[in-house]
Amino acid sequence: MKKPNICQKTGLDAQKSKGWLGANKYLIFRRVSQFGILFLFLLGPWFDVWLVKGNLTSSLTLDTLPLTDPYVLLQSFFAGHSIAQDALIGALIVFVFYLVIGGRVFCSWACPVNVITDSANWLRCKLGIQNKGGGVSSKTRYWLLAMSLALALLTGSIVWELVNPVSILHRGIIFGMSFGWGLIALIFLFDFLVVNKGWCSRLCPVGAFYGLIGKGSIVRVSAKNREDCTDCLECFSVCPESQVIKPALKGQGGRIILDGNCTNCGRCIDICEPNVFSYTTRFNKNTTK
Amino acid sequence: MAISRREFFINSARLATTTALVATGLLSYSKYSYSLPAKAIRPPGALSEKEFVSACVRCGLCVNDCPFPTLSLATLEDDVALGTPFFTAREAGCEMCDDIPCVKACPTGALDKNLTDINDAKMGLARIVDTKGCIAYQGLRCEVCYNVCPIRGKAITVEVKHNKRSGKHALFVPVVNYDYCTGCGKCEEACIMEEAVIRVLPIKLAMGKRQDHYKLGWEEKQKSGQSLVTPDLKHKYNLPEGKKYDLQGEGLTDVKIDSTLDNALESLNKFNPLFDIKRK
Repeated sequence: MKKPNICQKTGLDAQKSKGWLGANKYLIFRRVSQFGILFLFLLGPWFDVWLVKGNLTSSLTLDTLPLTDPYVLLQSFFAGHSIAQDALIGALIVFVFYLVIGGRVFCSWACPVNVITDSANWLRCKLGIQNKGGGVSSKTRYWLLAMSLALALLTGSIVWELVNPVSILHRGIIFGMSFGWGLIALIFLFDFLVVNKGWCSRLCPVGAFYGLIGKGSIVRVSAKNREDCTDCLECFSVCPESQVIKPALKGQGGRIILDGNCTNCGRCIDICEPNVFSYTTRFNKNTTK
Repeated sequence: MAISRREFFINSARLATTTALVATGLLSYSKYSYSLPAKAIRPPGALSEKEFVSACVRCGLCVNDCPFPTLSLATLEDDVALGTPFFTAREAGCEMCDDIPCVKACPTGALDKNLTDINDAKMGLARIVDTKGCIAYQGLRCEVCYNVCPIRGKAITVEVKHNKRSGKHALFVPVVNYDYCTGCGKCEEACIMEEAVIRVLPIKLAMGKRQDHYKLGWEEKQKSGQSLVTPDLKHKYNLPEGKKYDLQGEGLTDVKIDSTLDNALESLNKFNPLFDIKRK
């Protein structure tokens, strides 16, 4: 019999000692958060309860709280539009929010595409399909980020929004999707069959943008009990950005994962049987037990 | 893991090439995508299309606040830039709400908040695009577009014209007035023909432009308060005796001579069918 992938046994030990709930706590929280946010937006069109209007690019909550995606606003600025006050306030709120709780918290706790790519990843693992990186560098996203801004500057329009799967999916679910599902299906298949963790961890410029915010964000994951690490590698297997773990877990320096690309998803906290990881802030110097 | 300088440059070149390829594809797609079809109309207060696509973030707040099923965000099925708001007049025209909720909802200024009176909106311009198709031009009474126009009597008026075909009937044809039409599209929506013969067109398509050097003498005269060239001579008509002609007034009339004979003639005239030719 073939030896199972590491991903197939990931979390089993944790489940034994912490129980199913304990080993999936943050995963459940994340799904509740992702679907909850979507549901809030859908309350209006589905049930005529307008707590939240708009979509992730810009929204208005309870007719008072404006929220705007700073990335799309930056593109608009590059396209030559002078930023309006409402949008600017909304973008600042979002910016500060993610600066505090982690830039790529957007990716793992709010973005609907995450559910798609997580599903692809899950299915790939279940079926034992092993994709390599396919030569797609995780730096590609920064190039695409720069490209989106350059194209905005060049064309005077927000070009990336024509193809951005993040907004296509979220806006589509709320305002009508039509062939958008095709693109989302492609993203799924790309992650499932072509490139391991391809979209979110290598290509998506939205994630790249929030990753840059994340370089300074306050809430972080810490490998606080790294002495207890059993070298099972399950955290590397489950982490969407596994390169962020090593310095904190195996390095000699600080135990806090400071890489902006850590999405604060908490999956490593869930699946680690000896409870090495926990949430903390970047200022927490008290790193040992 | 240190990489050599050579590797670094090769990797960067690889990424740059890939990015350039994606950018080229995206660029040509965007050219296609941003050519707004004439039938898609932006919400009231929308900036010029060029500015609009730099400002609109496709959040749909205008769509949410539109109390009618008029506005929608473009999906991949529509040939409008993905996610941007538009309406199709033939399906549902803009109802021209007094409080213009769509403009108020816009967070980015893609819909200009300086638009405070909906009657000042310029979403497009209605034009009778097919006078052969319009039954009013064929001599039938219709006037549906005139009657549904929210600025009825101003943006669309009905002009009475001679029906050359029958020689004895009138045509009641709708006429769109540039100064008042907001491009709401209610006329196009309501047009009873199989395909609308009155349509809202983008201003650019609907209007031509005179060169600046064409000055309209009568307008310049009014501006300066006097004739700018040789003062007009008073026009004289060479009329038969006993007749006078008033261009702006009653037209050709008799010079009133108070005599019993003339009175009798005038009362006779009232039975004369030619009497009706005189302007009111």
